[in-house]
Amino acid sequence: MSTEVLDRPPPATLLAKGPTQPESAVEIIKKASRGLRGTLVESLADPLTGAIRESDTQLIKFHGSYMQDDRDIRAEREHQKLEPAYSFMIRTRLPGGVVTPKQWLALSKIARTWGVGSLRLTTRQAFQLHGVIKKHVKQTMQAMNAVLIDSISACGDVNRNVMASANPVESQLHAEVHELAKKVSEHLKPRTRAYHEIWLDGEKLVGPAEDEPLYGPVYLPRKFKTGIVVPPHNDVDVFSQDLGFIAILDEQNRAVLGFNLTVGGGLGASHGEPNTFPRVADVIGFLKPEQIFKVAETVLMIQRDYGDRSDRKHARLKYTIADRGVDWFKRELYQRLGFELEPPRAFKFTTQGDRFGWLKGHDGNWHLTLRIESGRVTDRPGAPFLTGLEKIAAVHKGDFRLTPNQNLIIANVPPSELMTIDRLVADHGLAKSLNTSPVRRDALACVALPTCALAMAESERYLPAFVDRVDELLVKHGLRDLPLTVRITGCPNGCARPYLAEIALIGRAPGRYTLRLGGDAVGSRLNVIYRDNIDEPAIVTALDELIARYAAERQADERFGDFLWRVQVLAPGTRA
Amino acid sequence: MSGGVVIQGHFPIPEERRDQLQQLTTELSREQLMWLSGYFAGAAAAAPSSIPAFQSNLLGGAQARAQLQAAGAPAQVAPIATAAAAVAAPSLTIISASHTGNGRKISEKLLAAVQALGVQARMVKAGDYQPREIAKEKLLYIVISTHGDGDPPDEARGLYEFLGTKRAPQLPDLQYSVLALGDTSYPKFCEAGRIVDERLAKLGAKRLLPRVDCDVDFEKLAQTWSDDALARVREIKDKFTPAGGAAAFAAAPVAAAAPAVVELRREQPATAEVLANQRIVGRGALREVRHVELAFPGLGNLYKPGDALGIVHRNPDSAIDAVLKATKLDGGVAVTQDGKTHTLLEWLRDERELTRIARPLLVSVAKQAQVDIGELLGNADAMAKLTASCQVSDVLASYPADWTPEALVSALRPVHGRVYSIASSPAAVGDEAHLTVAIVGSDTDRKLLAGAASNFVVNTAVDSNVQVWIERNERFRVPADGARDIVMVGPGTGVAPFRGFLQEREAAGATGRNWLFFGGRSLYHDFLYQLEWQQALKRKALHRVDVAFSRDQAEKIYVQHRIRQAGKDLFAWLSNGAYFYVCGDASAMAPDVHAALLDVVREHGGMDADDAQSWVADLTADGRYLRDVY
Repeated sequence: MSTEVLDRPPPATLLAKGPTQPESAVEIIKKASRGLRGTLVESLADPLTGAIRESDTQLIKFHGSYMQDDRDIRAEREHQKLEPAYSFMIRTRLPGGVVTPKQWLALSKIARTWGVGSLRLTTRQAFQLHGVIKKHVKQTMQAMNAVLIDSISACGDVNRNVMASANPVESQLHAEVHELAKKVSEHLKPRTRAYHEIWLDGEKLVGPAEDEPLYGPVYLPRKFKTGIVVPPHNDVDVFSQDLGFIAILDEQNRAVLGFNLTVGGGLGASHGEPNTFPRVADVIGFLKPEQIFKVAETVLMIQRDYGDRSDRKHARLKYTIADRGVDWFKRELYQRLGFELEPPRAFKFTTQGDRFGWLKGHDGNWHLTLRIESGRVTDRPGAPFLTGLEKIAAVHKGDFRLTPNQNLIIANVPPSELMTIDRLVADHGLAKSLNTSPVRRDALACVALPTCALAMAESERYLPAFVDRVDELLVKHGLRDLPLTVRITGCPNGCARPYLAEIALIGRAPGRYTLRLGGDAVGSRLNVIYRDNIDEPAIVTALDELIARYAAERQADERFGDFLWRVQVLAPGTRA
Repeated sequence: MSGGVVIQGHFPIPEERRDQLQQLTTELSREQLMWLSGYFAGAAAAAPSSIPAFQSNLLGGAQARAQLQAAGAPAQVAPIATAAAAVAAPSLTIISASHTGNGRKISEKLLAAVQALGVQARMVKAGDYQPREIAKEKLLYIVISTHGDGDPPDEARGLYEFLGTKRAPQLPDLQYSVLALGDTSYPKFCEAGRIVDERLAKLGAKRLLPRVDCDVDFEKLAQTWSDDALARVREIKDKFTPAGGAAAFAAAPVAAAAPAVVELRREQPATAEVLANQRIVGRGALREVRHVELAFPGLGNLYKPGDALGIVHRNPDSAIDAVLKATKLDGGVAVTQDGKTHTLLEWLRDERELTRIARPLLVSVAKQAQVDIGELLGNADAMAKLTASCQVSDVLASYPADWTPEALVSALRPVHGRVYSIASSPAAVGDEAHLTVAIVGSDTDRKLLAGAASNFVVNTAVDSNVQVWIERNERFRVPADGARDIVMVGPGTGVAPFRGFLQEREAAGATGRNWLFFGGRSLYHDFLYQLEWQQALKRKALHRVDVAFSRDQAEKIYVQHRIRQAGKDLFAWLSNGAYFYVCGDASAMAPDVHAALLDVVREHGGMDADDAQSWVADLTADGRYLRDVY
């Protein structure tokens, strides 16, 4: 089957990797799910629990939701003879991260009504609502649908939210790339009507589940991430995507000539399991804009047919390519496409972060990029972000853009409205974060505790304190305002893309992290483990020593991550 | 009673009939035997006799006695002194109707005193009394308590309601008196006793003694009433036995030896160790509920699921201090009252109610302060507000007066021990007893009223000791037949006994199904024992749970709504012999559930309102509709 071009998915029985490897439990659940329906309706109707059935916890991901519980009170609840405080995280599908003011207002209201009063901007340009209890999930989905936002495929073993560079300045380019992101998202969207049936009271399916021409009956072996990036800003971290498109522009940087295809990026890993690792994507070749859909679906289908369905920790496209080789992948791809891609064109990335503050676009409108720490839009004393952005949305005539760095762009502000928006921004403390240190401005953290089931250590709640430590060290060594990318995750699955940061902490246990160093600040080089499983004092001691040396020995414009490699603090062959 | 009646001596009944009779009387209770004696006497009156002596003297029961009375002739005791034949119709009947057992104790004591006079008397628990029997009564004493919102005890509901219906017979020949037990801290003090008293009067019966209403410190008044009641019996007896001959009343049979019941009474509590004391509602709960586990060796032999456990509590220092401050008294002074001497502080800490305000207390305080509070006492709303929001110290502070320690101790009500339905079965927990305690005053809207007993529970640490007693509730038991299905309606802490029921039934291997209706404010915070029910469902020890969480949606949903929704299945279960239990709030929940049950029977049984009423009445009469409401 490896040499045959498959227009249709092969039978599910052929999809298991080998005769000796049994398919994983999730595969069995998907197979029996009737197009991702499972017993979700029954689970939602069970009045004795705030949870859904275990098999449905896998399926609800495909609908954009995770069942979680408040881990801070898990033990307390057990002592109270109560089940865990279950709630649901709902993540939107929002290709390129653009919403209208009307949509913003609706989401904000939903967060206040059914969530915990916060909107979280994710590292994939989506919104996350946290703390929605079971009986409100449906209402929440319907309220989102009322402003044309859904959460289909925001999680699960499918193509996730399609990312696109936020591009505050290049207005025309942004519009073009955003449109493409939406189309790719639609193209790779599952065909099942389960979402409409379960959440939007759509017509009930009678008979067999809908045909899934791209995915087949068991969807992908694992999640699948797609991003479109416009150089020189690698805000999308394109090398972390399963499927990436690097826009190649004309001489004037005004028009998209085509894209370099990247495949096989991915950041998740498991502690102590050497067959799992983060991987930077390979650049395969150049394609024309009109070829993007065919290429995208073909890459997806190769992964569908060859991905590992027995071990979910080894099931991303990156392992398929690492195991079989890039050359194999190219052959398979070209065979299925029926044509070959041109050699990749030259491109250059200069940054990974966002361009903050007011910027004037090519079309004359203004764009304000605001720093939102950990993407958390909520009302805090002195920082009423949720309220402030509601007031802005009420008068704003342009749109809002979520950046891949958890930040927010108030985009397309006509010059006449600039002062109005600026006043509201200042009045609600939203401008303050722009004046913080570069470390704090560019840092990323995943949610982790208390809601994420995977977290081993704090992340979002620890970020402010850890950035304080780093800033103190920089000041101590005369490096105030040094740009430095710092990312924290509560577990090794990589939601805040820590493996591409100059300094990263990856949670191992409460208060203990793996310290990784040596990212290149443009997202094309993985960092490596410097110290494993250490606490904050040990982290600070290690960084103190290295930053001191960097202050003394660095070259002009040399980044901290690059310095560590040059002086061989980090050496090739260090464990990724 | 277990052995049956021993038939001996010369006997006018053929031997094979005698065996049948002996067999018939086996396993019958004393009350049932007495009833049978009346039955046989009645039968004898209707049948021609071949023995002359029987013709005149053993007409049987009321009829015979009425004739004797009319003739003014001394009654003659039949020469045959064998038990079965000699026991004529009962002459004095004492009906005892109370939840707590206080009424039963008073009745038993009075019964013994009456029998000591050589007068035939019987005591019947209201639950064992057939309401229509009342037509045959000539002399009747009723001891009846009041619960919740002026309700009679469950066991007396049949009689209570019967007396109010058109079916109730006229009772011109009946002489009676009612002793009412109650609690002045409730608005409808002694309501059930008052209504029974009035209904009997309306049916033409004559009060032999005026009704006496007792507060929680009932002992003195109850004794006075009993003494008077006994005196009346003696007068009647003397009236009909002028020559000191045979009594107007049939001679009392030899009293059966009381069964050796091991009881823990409040007056003689036992010491239990606190094994656990934990909050079992979530952070968002508006009212705190705690799960308490107590134990001492042998405790498991002293209770059954359905019983309640009382905890002797101590008033908190803050409440004592507030009273001493308001009265400007010294806690160290010795005070003697009712033959007991303690320091004032001890009286206030261990012996007197400092939380609930009752009408007599207000009267005493006003009298001491020389203030006229007649208007307040007449205003039900103001009274309700006062009792809901004030403690004793607030009242004392509001009406400053010169108090002597003695006057204060006398004015305050004796402490009213709090009892809690036991939430466990010895079959599952051995010598432990578990309680589910709602903490009074933990509601945000009732901060002021910190319930002394429940707050004592909150502050009782694990490993410390408390004094406990048991209040038995024989009427609230799992079915003797484990194959019967049961339906349990227990919102809030009303679910407590059902946790015990489930443990009991599971341990006994009962094959009947168990169905629980639970209600609370929210699924997330107030689903008491949620994990246990979920696990029981999984292992099929529990078969169905219907829940109503009142604040989880715009409209308030309570257990009665779920009962109506599940009406079809519920009616099927009940028609199939299921027991229907209700535990919890008496003022709103129990009547609402009752109304829902009537609706279910009407709708799914295809009956009109009257038939549904009768159907449910039969359920009650069958002993399959059982309530523990308060």
